[in-house]
Amino acid sequence: MEVHVQPRTRSKMFCGCAVGQLGDPPNSNVCEVCLGMPGTLPVINKAAVEACLKTALALNCEIPRHTKFDRKNYMYPDLPKGYQISQYDLPMSISGYLELDGRRVRVRRVHLEEDTGKLIHAGDKLHQARESFVDLNRAGVPLMEIVTEPDLRSADEARDYAVALRTLLRTIGASEAEMEKGQLRAEPNISLRRAGTEELGVKTELKNINSFRALHRAISFEVARQTEVLESGGKVLQETRGWSDAEQRTFSQRSKEFAEDYRYFPEPDLPPLEIDAAWIEDLRRALPELPGARRGRLVSQYALPAADAVLIAADRDLADLFEAAVAAGAEAKPVANWIIGEVAPTGKIPTPEHLAELVKLVTSGNVTRDQAREVLLESVETGLSPTKIVAEHGYAQVSDESTLQDEVEAVMAANPRAVEDYRAGKKQALGALMAELRKRTPQANPKVASELLLRLLG
Amino acid sequence: MTNLTELTIREAAKQLRLHSFSAAELVTAHIDQIEKLDRRVKAFLRFTPELWEKQAEEADARINNGDMGPLVGIPMAVKDVLCVRGVETTAGSQILRGFKPPYTGTAVSRLFDAGAVMLGVTNCDEFAMGSSTENSGYHPTHNPWDLDRVPGGSSGGSAAAVASGEAMIALGTDTGGSIRQPAALCGVVGMKPTYGRVSRYGLIAFASSLDQIGPFTRSVEDAAIVLEAMAGHDPLDATSSNRPNDVLRDLETGVKGMRLGVPREYYHVEGIEPAVKAAVDKAITSFRNAGAEIVDVTLPHTDYGLAAYYIIAPAECSSNLARFDGVRYGMSVDDAQNITEAYMRTRRKGFGTEVRRRVMLGTYALSSGYYDAYYLKAQKVRTLIKRDFDLAFEKCDAIISATSPTVAFPIGSKTQDPLSMYLCDVLTLGGNLAGLPGISVPCGMSEDLLPIGLQIMAPQWREDVALRVARAYEVASGVKAEVAPVV
Repeated sequence: MEVHVQPRTRSKMFCGCAVGQLGDPPNSNVCEVCLGMPGTLPVINKAAVEACLKTALALNCEIPRHTKFDRKNYMYPDLPKGYQISQYDLPMSISGYLELDGRRVRVRRVHLEEDTGKLIHAGDKLHQARESFVDLNRAGVPLMEIVTEPDLRSADEARDYAVALRTLLRTIGASEAEMEKGQLRAEPNISLRRAGTEELGVKTELKNINSFRALHRAISFEVARQTEVLESGGKVLQETRGWSDAEQRTFSQRSKEFAEDYRYFPEPDLPPLEIDAAWIEDLRRALPELPGARRGRLVSQYALPAADAVLIAADRDLADLFEAAVAAGAEAKPVANWIIGEVAPTGKIPTPEHLAELVKLVTSGNVTRDQAREVLLESVETGLSPTKIVAEHGYAQVSDESTLQDEVEAVMAANPRAVEDYRAGKKQALGALMAELRKRTPQANPKVASELLLRLLG
Repeated sequence: MTNLTELTIREAAKQLRLHSFSAAELVTAHIDQIEKLDRRVKAFLRFTPELWEKQAEEADARINNGDMGPLVGIPMAVKDVLCVRGVETTAGSQILRGFKPPYTGTAVSRLFDAGAVMLGVTNCDEFAMGSSTENSGYHPTHNPWDLDRVPGGSSGGSAAAVASGEAMIALGTDTGGSIRQPAALCGVVGMKPTYGRVSRYGLIAFASSLDQIGPFTRSVEDAAIVLEAMAGHDPLDATSSNRPNDVLRDLETGVKGMRLGVPREYYHVEGIEPAVKAAVDKAITSFRNAGAEIVDVTLPHTDYGLAAYYIIAPAECSSNLARFDGVRYGMSVDDAQNITEAYMRTRRKGFGTEVRRRVMLGTYALSSGYYDAYYLKAQKVRTLIKRDFDLAFEKCDAIISATSPTVAFPIGSKTQDPLSMYLCDVLTLGGNLAGLPGISVPCGMSEDLLPIGLQIMAPQWREDVALRVARAYEVASGVKAEVAPVV
């Protein structure tokens, strides 16, 4: 799998232009350098190198002392210089791995390069277009290329790898890694292998994949397609295939049977880099706890079930919230439940203190779950503490039987049909009555209320 | 009355302060000289009246405010490979016809800041590929000493402009000898600094690992002054350096006690003309008389230098010139049916024969299957050549030789034979491969009054040594750059 990731930098790889955003006006983030004007020269962006080194460290890579940039020569209108500055035989880092469900996915290399521009064709397809426009906003944007060994064996594994990689990149702050923004682009190379043999078949490379779901579907499709080709006695062609989200299939883009000769040679405008060992050590020390390690710790330190730990450790913000809320005095498992059940899906993140308070209010029986959900949202929106919100709304849970008896009787009086049904043996009518009661008296303690209802129904 | 077009920077600076004449008058004198001669010399491709008017005015204001900078008001010509904002810059090529850079390169910009006044853009071989300026996409330039002969190249326009008094100083670029060789053939001073001394930002690249910007002047001291103003690290060029460059301090110290190396491979180089050899011998004698010790040194890999150079330079050029595709600037055929055809026809039409030849050579040398045998091997030779110089400099402080094996040759005499043209650089390209500073100073004339150049090379970052030796030669020999009597 090849993954291209845009490291978090303010400026481009070799000039001072802003990296910009999707939707910026065409050719608005450009200068003479990234336009490939005659006489211009590249200068290496230190922040990009740093992001790449951090990524390499987080992926357990070796970082050779010497690295250099090379020119990859080919002509295309989206490539202003007629070559892309990339890294060929001395990449920034080599030989790492990413731990995935206890298995190591080997990482062959992580290197730095520059992105190309974008062509916009007037018309659907290149060969039918009457006009083509060149937008060089992306030209020169830094990219890290992360390449694995052929260690991923299914669409599931490939997707899990990509997700884990995104988590890792976000955790260490190397990239926002948002797929929809083109900050993380996965290009799986797929080949089949006859069971029991070692040799991999001819591979195809998939492009234009813009979500994890598309990644999974594209690989599944391609595996099925190649299987069918091989089983019907055909040959898989070495080619680049695009993924069409609309048609949910891959299609041939470019044959790779005759490998293009990129005439790589060392970029003479950039002296070779010698990476300072002390810099690497500083970066290593400054790395936050990585998702894999944190997952393990969440299980051992807080006795969380592994499934909860995986979900929480996958997001650095959630994991931080969890640990801080527990530190603020709440019980671990309920905190985890609230984070997984309420915080993660809504994306509304409370302060750890507020979350801890809320969990305590629920576990001590002072508010119902339904009420607590409301309180949580309100707390995030207003910044008020849950205790204060509960007091203001009179949300406190009512468990007193004599108070509840009036309410229960009122519900029974208002729903004679359901009462009759229940007494006639339709036990499910109980649920309808409880729902009515919750609507009428949200603060009612559900346990006390249902016991009371059962008793009154006889 | 002093002839304003025969002054050195030092003399002009002094007179400007004494108000003997104004910067505007100094510029006008040079424009008059251009009007008088350049129809025949053809050193310039274009003129920049808006710039010279504005810059001369600014210079006079600075002088009146007591600015003592030596370059304030000095008329300068700029080789057509150095980008100047808004000034058509074409690298001597039709493919860039009409191209006006949106920015000014660092070296030119530093000279502008120092007060130099730009007169115009000088002719050169297309993309600096050539040794005679005959490969210009516009017209050849003529040697001011003999209009039927070439001025050398590739910076022939700059050399001829300074030699004819059309400019007091000029900028050139040197990839294999393109400053030093035309300086020799035109009888002026030309210097290639250490690779990395002057920022290449704004220099339209021929071969990135070899190109360096340098000055043409009519005295060694002037070369030091211009170099000092241009030199130093530039955040826009990762290969530029801030090493010390105190070139004026010891300029007059002389060569007494210095060891000057004469490489036997250069001294006995094939095809060296007797007049050139005699001039070098005479120079050796005057150095000896000035107290230098002359030592025999060897550069054993010299024979492989030319071959290595003609792999590395074309390889880099094949990549550097890929951007001239007609998509963003310069010439573009407008009736192509598809992008590949547009590329091919634009480049076939826009590039001249020599450029196409080198792009093809370089593309071949970098191709898979040939890379190791050509490019990689050439890089290894380059390392050996560097080591040759390192070892030689253990025995001597500077190396002296002829700059060019021959004097200026007749226009058209080598154009049909690229190899004989390539041999023009045999004594200079080693300095580019090793990244060394080198200077060519006038060292007499042949019998038919054609200038001969003496080359002085020094270890990396020791421009001070090269300039000091060159200055000592100027003093000891009494040979000075003269303005050619164009007839």
